[in-house]
Amino acid sequence: MKFGIVVFPGSNCDADCHHVVTHVLGCEAVALWHKETSLQGCDCVILPGGYSHADYLRCGAMAAFSPIMTAVKGHAAAGGLVFGICNGFQILTEAGLLPGVLMRNTSIRHICRDVTLRVNSNQTRFTRLFRAGEVLTMPIAHNEGNYFVERRQLVKLEEQGQILLRYCAPDGELTEDANPNGSLVAIAGIVNEQGNVCGMMPHPERCSEAIFGNRDGKKMFESML
Amino acid sequence: MNLEAPITPDIIRDHGLSAEEYQRLCESLGRTPNIVELGIVSVMWSEHCSYKSSRIHLRELPTSGPRVLQGPGENAGVVDIGDGLAVCFKMESHNHPSFIEPYQGAATGVGGILRDIFTMGARPFACLNSLRFGNPQHPKTKHLVRGVVAGIGGYGNPMGIPTVGGEVAFDDCYNGNILVNAFTIGLLRADRIFRGAAAGKGNPVIYIGSKTGRDGIHGATMASDAFDATIEERRPTVQVGDPFTEKKLLEACLELMAGDCLVGIQDMGAAGLTCSSFEMADRAGMGMVLDLDRVPRREEGMTPYDVMLSESQERMLLVVQSGREAEVRTICDKWDIDMAVVGYVTDDGRVRVLDKGETVVDMPVAPIAGDAPLYNRPASPSPELTQLHQFDPQALPLPRDLNDVLMKLMSSPNLACKSWVWEQYDHMVMTNTVVRPGADAAILRVKGTKKGIALTSDCNSRFCFLDPYLGAMLAVAEAARNISACGGEPLAVTDCLNFGNPERPEVMWQFQQAVAGMAEACRQFHTPIVSGNVSFYNETDGVGIYPTPTIAMVGLVPDLDRIATPWWKDAGDVILLLGRNELELGGSEYLKQIHGQVKGTLPHLNMERELAVQRACRIGITRGVVKSAHDCSEGGLAVTLAECSLMRRQGLLGATVELSDDLRPDALFFGEAASRIVLSVAPASVDLMVTIAKEEGAPVAVIGKVGGRSLVMNNGIQVDLADLHDAWTTALPKLFS
Amino acid sequence: MLAKIYVTLKKGVHDPQGEAVHHALLSLGFRQVSDVRIGKYIELKLGEMERNEAEKKVTEMCQKLLANTVIEGYRFELE
Repeated sequence: MKFGIVVFPGSNCDADCHHVVTHVLGCEAVALWHKETSLQGCDCVILPGGYSHADYLRCGAMAAFSPIMTAVKGHAAAGGLVFGICNGFQILTEAGLLPGVLMRNTSIRHICRDVTLRVNSNQTRFTRLFRAGEVLTMPIAHNEGNYFVERRQLVKLEEQGQILLRYCAPDGELTEDANPNGSLVAIAGIVNEQGNVCGMMPHPERCSEAIFGNRDGKKMFESML
Repeated sequence: MNLEAPITPDIIRDHGLSAEEYQRLCESLGRTPNIVELGIVSVMWSEHCSYKSSRIHLRELPTSGPRVLQGPGENAGVVDIGDGLAVCFKMESHNHPSFIEPYQGAATGVGGILRDIFTMGARPFACLNSLRFGNPQHPKTKHLVRGVVAGIGGYGNPMGIPTVGGEVAFDDCYNGNILVNAFTIGLLRADRIFRGAAAGKGNPVIYIGSKTGRDGIHGATMASDAFDATIEERRPTVQVGDPFTEKKLLEACLELMAGDCLVGIQDMGAAGLTCSSFEMADRAGMGMVLDLDRVPRREEGMTPYDVMLSESQERMLLVVQSGREAEVRTICDKWDIDMAVVGYVTDDGRVRVLDKGETVVDMPVAPIAGDAPLYNRPASPSPELTQLHQFDPQALPLPRDLNDVLMKLMSSPNLACKSWVWEQYDHMVMTNTVVRPGADAAILRVKGTKKGIALTSDCNSRFCFLDPYLGAMLAVAEAARNISACGGEPLAVTDCLNFGNPERPEVMWQFQQAVAGMAEACRQFHTPIVSGNVSFYNETDGVGIYPTPTIAMVGLVPDLDRIATPWWKDAGDVILLLGRNELELGGSEYLKQIHGQVKGTLPHLNMERELAVQRACRIGITRGVVKSAHDCSEGGLAVTLAECSLMRRQGLLGATVELSDDLRPDALFFGEAASRIVLSVAPASVDLMVTIAKEEGAPVAVIGKVGGRSLVMNNGIQVDLADLHDAWTTALPKLFS
Repeated sequence: MLAKIYVTLKKGVHDPQGEAVHHALLSLGFRQVSDVRIGKYIELKLGEMERNEAEKKVTEMCQKLLANTVIEGYRFELE
């Protein structure tokens, strides 16, 4: 499986994703510069974390208009896998590939720490190796991870099993304290209706190697293979 | 701009030049300078750029060693770590700007130190920050803390470089002068070090990065009559950091360095174009012609004075091989950053600056850059020190409830958990952070090898106030101990020397003593000082800060499978103490927090014992015996043991400790005797660890067992960990959220 | 009474956000744009009070909190 990792000016997790895809998964990966228009035959496109265009104006707003995004949209429409992590999730919502928006954390501070997540749906290309209800640990690092979507859309997300991951306490309970950023119903990651475009705030690429004592992220990547 | 205008004594004074310095300038020019030249010299000969009060003392520092590839004098120091790789690092202060505008001041401080690192050809891979604020109750402190922390994150996070540690401390002495000391380390190939020399006659001088505005132009000159236009428009503006441009600049520079067209490169930091052009020419023994009309500008109507002295951020000056300008252009276009050929290298040893075809500067390089004034300022200790040393610990009233003392210490701002700070920094990006902030040292892996890099920064400024020589030695010793406690070999040091006004003999004495202490300790640890920075004039209304020589130490972890972290691992493990408990309460956190006193003599430092303790710890870790190791410092043994119990991510785990030393309980629990490390080992490994310690000549004692939900020490302390954890973790959010 | 407050960077202060947005607008084909400066717009509802008093109070709020007067300027309208 060939991965393409899009590099926007200000992307800063592109090299981390590249490392995991090549060194941990043993797959092929190419960097796709945002000004390019071809995906070079990639099966899965990763929009990595970072601060594309410094998050100026709104996170992901300017990146959503990059030339490469036309190709990414075509890939998604044709059923290809698209995986947005952190800023990548923000870009996907700005580009209209995923519903909703990521607002400022309720604490108005950047938060970088481990969180625990409950697998809400394991019936997707991104979570199929997990058990439903399984509790994962992954790091988050963001200013704007507070997911919001209109009521009607939320109902749809819930009904169609599009909510992948929710912030939870270590025992799996959904408590207010366990929600780090104020996300609506503690949403940490979602997929589109077709199930081939995923966006999530936590960073699976930061917990994919034994040296970090946590490989929950690796399982997420392996689900896609 | 009138270049013919006479330079009056007022203008000279406003530029911070003494009459002698002005005389010296006239002699080296063979005439009187014009206003642009005066501006240039005022920054080149400023304390900040010329180190004129400190140079004479800094010569004492050990700066070389078998692993040192680049010592002080370049943008940063470089140290070999084997496998064809090297690390490049430096620490720098941004104190004054951070006090004026905390967010931007701290952000641009981070930006500046990052550029110092990637200028050398290294990709930055971690940052530390050593911060000092005033009393948390002081009306300005909250605003400053929030601004500085947000600013560091606001710059480091978008850059995608993890901020993995540092220090945050509070004291009244910083009420009017906070300290923001930023450290960055980068990784590079040992044979691909870039330097800031403008070599090769005729080579083009190229400007890349942000456009030039009137940011941060030397405030002193603004009051002078040198300018005619409206004051409001001329006013110096605070530099605003732009991590986005910096990130693009970083990638562009590294791409450029991967090729072979680059001859020299230097960051435009303090006094931007001035310092970079003079220093680059000086290093190569060459000259330079600059044409200001070609400098990319952000504002209309800038004078040559403005352009030469602007401190706009995110700019670099390059010298490339003649005829290869297009390669630079291609890369800059890719990253959407400005690029302009602004001049060329000459061999006449002069910097000449043209503006609209007219020569506005024509100065010899060597006397201005290399041969700045040098002062051996008078130094003598403050007479009050002798009195401060008078302190009898036995006369101190013993608090009735030592549990209460421990709770108070753990929730005091200096000892409380700093997660409120480091959670605002992305400390995991780049996926190298093996040991995260909060431990004795952060550990980063070096991808593609088994090796790791350990980082710590330390300075107990109360110690340095009471005894700058020993205080500085203890700071180096503690930094080394932090590295050893995680399994690293102390490698090298960078420093940031923050002091008051050097024109006061007692401050100069503190400086001289601290430098001598650092030099001695670094010699003993074989940790050369490869880069650093001096920040004087940290004082308000004649009251200076405590002398604060911040030490940042880099250690090499030979094998990442053999490291230690501070927290307990398993119930039933046995706790050992390397080192010896002694009656040392002078200058302690306990004395300050509980008794409100800053007094006494510092803990005694037996270097032989210190080295033995650290060696034993490292060997224990390398041989896989040690399950946890934690340096004992501020707050003493009780605080150390409490931290071992509270830091664990998998839940709290207590300890029961029985100490047989014949000491007053407060000195035993909270005294800050040097050279101690608390270890835990599996019961089966106790004998082996004791043997290792004895072989190395380190005092060792079995002092207790891991387990339970409380911390128990003799019959003096018994606290519930949940309560302690709550006090420890909520203290900072309560103060600053 | 309603106060409409505009907080903008002072003249000469570098506005990286404005520059980036400018650049993005150009690349979307809006060639007409020659400069972008980005600021904040704040609305405050004030109780019944004299216009003079309101002006004084809003100025104080701007100075103390709403604007960072080291780098930002402000102006406001009262309705």
